[in-house]
Amino acid sequence: MAKDSDHHSHHGDHSEVPSEQALRVKALETLLVDKGLVDPAAVDAFVDYFQDEIGPKNGAKVVARAWVDPAFKAALLDNATSTLANMGFAGLQGENMVAVENTDTVHNMVVCTLCSCYPWPVLGIPPTWYKSFEYRSRAVIDPRGVLKEFGVGLADDVTVRVWDSTAEIRYLVIPKRPAGSDNLSEDQLADLVTRDSMIGTDVLAAA
Amino acid sequence: MNGIHDMGGMHGFGAIKVEHNEPVFHEEWQARCFCLNFTMGAWGKWNIDMGRHGIERMAPADYLGQSYYERWLSRLVALSIEHGLVTQEEVETGRPTTGTSKETPPLGPEAVLRITREGRVSKRPVDAAPAFAIGDRVRTNTDSPSGHTRLPRYARGREGDIILHHGAHVFPDSNASGQGEAPQHLYTVRFAARALWGAQANPRDEVTLDLWESYLEAI
Repeated sequence: MAKDSDHHSHHGDHSEVPSEQALRVKALETLLVDKGLVDPAAVDAFVDYFQDEIGPKNGAKVVARAWVDPAFKAALLDNATSTLANMGFAGLQGENMVAVENTDTVHNMVVCTLCSCYPWPVLGIPPTWYKSFEYRSRAVIDPRGVLKEFGVGLADDVTVRVWDSTAEIRYLVIPKRPAGSDNLSEDQLADLVTRDSMIGTDVLAAA
Repeated sequence: MNGIHDMGGMHGFGAIKVEHNEPVFHEEWQARCFCLNFTMGAWGKWNIDMGRHGIERMAPADYLGQSYYERWLSRLVALSIEHGLVTQEEVETGRPTTGTSKETPPLGPEAVLRITREGRVSKRPVDAAPAFAIGDRVRTNTDSPSGHTRLPRYARGREGDIILHHGAHVFPDSNASGQGEAPQHLYTVRFAARALWGAQANPRDEVTLDLWESYLEAI
């Protein structure tokens, strides 16, 4: 094949040789398409879904609403799956949702020690660190050391509760509302919510 | 299985490397590989538990030596061969072998929306009443099944409290080996960090796990 400049345009380096992994995946996809096992348009549709439709912007909307609407928060804590589905946040890896609230006395943090389970509809697919051997091995045995690396220091009288997602239940942390955010609108509040705060590895700074 | 994937509590991996403003996918091949797993999974030849076990069955050195999406690629190839969708020869040559069957039609883009929206529900109706109630004290078993299981080593033979009941869900241990869904009641069990890790743990801290009924016994 002639130089395929389009293939590498996102690197900004058209002379770059494709990695071994890129070649292997390309060869496998070509084989599967040739065998009639895969429609590349379906792969495109999945990629679009993961890239654009889901992500932490969804979870941030949930958290902001929970901060401003006590009835919504109560419903979210009582039945997260149906409450999130009512907002359009349902589907793969969000079939059974539980929301857990950070308070002055309990800090929640989520991990999957066995693989990479994560609440896709509200947070998208997980960041690399969440899937890393480092986080998976340490979150359950040394959560305060992990939090310190994320810049989170907790008072001694706070309980750290680590949720190891060993089944099909997916967890969303509702972080504490930042100090000084009383006058912000729901949309402005959503802009303050970080992905990591909904995993439990971030505490939101004062607005 | 007592595999390398069962990492909770291991020492030695070092500091967590955080990338700020990380893209959803770093490379196009990662996105294609990830999503090929879903399009191929739609043939229904393997379920999610067989898929997880497919990664766990990798040799420990390979598991540790490959990146996340390389493991997804290895698993996809292995399951596709094991379930007869492709042959080893075809993977090596990249071309369909003359005379091999062609499955058709493949999953189309219109079905992707349905799959992503509906998800794969693991909850099942069962006649059996739950053996435990919220507040019950339980102990996990000490079994070491050689197949897929979701009771990590670090939480075996430990005592905790039931804090949530999720109804009955497909049992991964049997579903992963093709022995059927055999749904069981599923609970969230809270353990004191000290019950898991001893003196190194902060006495205030807790770890919860989602555990099926047969992993648990009453105290």
